[in-house]
Amino acid sequence: MAGKPTEPVDLTGAMVTDVPALADWLVVAPVVICLLGGAFLLAQRKNTAIQGRTAVGVLALLVVAAVGLLSHVLNSGPIVMTMGRWLPPFGITFAVDILGAVMVLVAAIVSFFCGLYALTEIDTQHRRYGFFPFLVLLMAGVCGAFLTGDIFNLYVWFEVLLIASFGLLILGNEKAQLDGAVKYAFLNLIATTLFLIATAYLYGLVGTLNMADIAVRVAELPDGAPINTIAALYLLAFAMKAAAFPVFSWLPAAYHTPRIVVSAVFAGLLTKVGVYALLRTLVMLMPASLAVFTDILAWIAGATMLLGVLGALAQSDIRRTMGYLVVSGIGSMLAGIALASDLGLMGAIMYAVHSMIVMTALYMTCGLMIHQAGSHDLRRLGGLYARDPFLSAIFLILAFAIAGLPPFSGFWPKLTLIQASLAGGNGWLAGAILVTGFLTTIAVGRIWIMSFWRGGPVGTPDGESIAITDMPMTDPADRRDMLFPIIGLTILVIALGFLPRPYLNIAAGGAGGLLYSDAYVESVLGKDSTEADIGEEIGTDADGPDANSTEESQSGDGS
Amino acid sequence: MRTVIFRTTAPYLTSLMVLFSIFVLLRGHNEPGGGFIGGLIAASAFAIYGIACGVPPVRRALVFHPMSIAGTGLFIGASSGIISLFSGVPFFTGLWIYPTIFGVEIALSTPLVFDIGVYLVVLGTIASIALGLEERERL
Amino acid sequence: MEVALAALIGIFFVTAVYLMLSPHVIRILLGVAVLGNAVNLLIFTSGRLTREVPPIVPDGMIVADPSIANPLPQALVLTAIVISFSFFAFLLTLAYRAFQELGTDDTDTMRIAEPADEAAPPTGY
Repeated sequence: MAGKPTEPVDLTGAMVTDVPALADWLVVAPVVICLLGGAFLLAQRKNTAIQGRTAVGVLALLVVAAVGLLSHVLNSGPIVMTMGRWLPPFGITFAVDILGAVMVLVAAIVSFFCGLYALTEIDTQHRRYGFFPFLVLLMAGVCGAFLTGDIFNLYVWFEVLLIASFGLLILGNEKAQLDGAVKYAFLNLIATTLFLIATAYLYGLVGTLNMADIAVRVAELPDGAPINTIAALYLLAFAMKAAAFPVFSWLPAAYHTPRIVVSAVFAGLLTKVGVYALLRTLVMLMPASLAVFTDILAWIAGATMLLGVLGALAQSDIRRTMGYLVVSGIGSMLAGIALASDLGLMGAIMYAVHSMIVMTALYMTCGLMIHQAGSHDLRRLGGLYARDPFLSAIFLILAFAIAGLPPFSGFWPKLTLIQASLAGGNGWLAGAILVTGFLTTIAVGRIWIMSFWRGGPVGTPDGESIAITDMPMTDPADRRDMLFPIIGLTILVIALGFLPRPYLNIAAGGAGGLLYSDAYVESVLGKDSTEADIGEEIGTDADGPDANSTEESQSGDGS
Repeated sequence: MRTVIFRTTAPYLTSLMVLFSIFVLLRGHNEPGGGFIGGLIAASAFAIYGIACGVPPVRRALVFHPMSIAGTGLFIGASSGIISLFSGVPFFTGLWIYPTIFGVEIALSTPLVFDIGVYLVVLGTIASIALGLEERERL
Repeated sequence: MEVALAALIGIFFVTAVYLMLSPHVIRILLGVAVLGNAVNLLIFTSGRLTREVPPIVPDGMIVADPSIANPLPQALVLTAIVISFSFFAFLLTLAYRAFQELGTDDTDTMRIAEPADEAAPPTGY
């Protein structure tokens, strides 16, 4: 054990000596809330009676913390806290800018509604397998990934959310789940290992792991430094995580196997964490390398969105259709990153927000449809309109939103992305986005027509309706409880469509924070960034980092 | 593996290893050791007990479900970071107190609390995986 | 020293990729384990090698100097080892369960979740 420190040492050069403001704690609050809540639920895993409500309470608290975080960041700029009083770049830093805060908020809202939905969807047996603890711990991983300012720590949070997602994926130990989980687990683990490989090389090159410090030092690297190789590794790793072409096949293989609410959480959160990591590493840390990859990324984006939606058209299982639609949406976000302009990144961020909400709501709606009709096969679905007209209206709204039709949330991101593509001289990318939107309309429209509009399963004569008899009516109380979170998310979808102003402003702020990262870097490394000079790291000949040098890095515009 | 010799010695071996794991846990701040390695030693102790006497006796010996132990550990570990909120220092700052108990000065700290949390997490997780695998082998 | 380690890391990566190309889950699992160790060595080498120097500041010294090994890669490797160890344990359990339930460890014949003979969706009513 350590003895008492004997001699007083002047620590002002190495440690934070100021008392952190109470508001600074907001940046760690989401992670702490989820970790403590998840740990409590894990310890109480046999006590299924209290689990559900406690989890929803924890997630509600998370939403409150996220709202506080976002409003604080919007009012007074990035918040930073460094673990254990070490001055950045030595300690593990948590830093949040507008992008991080808005992602945390949307993730929190989505997970809160998933928790509500799960109160009816997840029965006692599955609670005993630990659905609620894993859900809350997954949120700890997701929030940690959005909030951390240290690239190795980002890896750790990726692993936290990965291990929690494994737990959720094999809830119930069914054959199909084990099959899907094998593919999901191995491919995701290989992706995070690639991420770690890239991080090892980056550390060898710049000698630091703090993201703000990396941003400064990468800009100062001499010509010929192998930074593009590292960027390519990051691109591959996060493209695998985000399920982009050609490494998306794990997603449709796994996302339809677990409980529907688990799919809803995954569709909303996991791939978007990959997109967020791409934004953070490629756009903020290595903008010059992103400029090199612009063309490749644009092709990947186009291929992802088109192949995704074509895959969706070829499925007869509605859950698998949704899986392919998730992939297709990732393509749109990648298109924004490929354009790397203000407008493009803004579109990518808006699309991420929209996709998180809509995909989760769509999966939940499919869950209720499967409950009502007893099948997830397009050939056997039918006549649902007679049974639940309100659900059909909800599904139609969500279908319009995912296809990008006005006046719902999907319209604005697509409009922004198309505008950005045209401004960047990428006409074919704009065309690809439009074609994808059209095909998505067909894919979701077909589901609506076949399961709600027509009278019964395949073979029913036109104009006749066959009542669904082999399936008992869902208990009205259950239906109400499952409908409530869907309605909550649908209201959000409509609100984002009709009142786009704050949505656009926040996304613009997030994009600006990525492209012109001075404010972020300054808030991490301190106003007088020569302080970082004591960061005498091994293997770098860089002298005092200059916070302003990142400005020249945005020469990598798509044009 | 259920030989008489092994079954007779296993309980003693297990208790010795658990004792040693706590020793490793407590010396861990400035010397080799700590929560992770201590937890591994404890988990292997219970695994040995399981190999010798079967899984049900191990579950009885652990009293709580392994995952509950891991959850408690995670809770303790995360709480050790919160303590710094009340001292006006950033998250996870190490705080030390030096009480004198029976004339001996003892250094207690939040890193120690964190280490105990890690110990329980590792013990719980590894024990639950090991017991799960052993249970299936006997089916 | 760096050259020797670089060659070793290369051999590790080659072995890992070769194993992961197999259709059998257990070989992929071994490949992932070897890959994890390759990455650990890589992190260790990226942190610059110093021979036989502990990463501990001796008594009486306040500021680190070159006679002290870089502790950061060691901490990173330790974290990565812990994570890859727990993942290995989980994946081993998962692979074993999958083998028991599905009766195969060949990924080509694991088609429960994605049946090969699934019919196309209906084109009309």
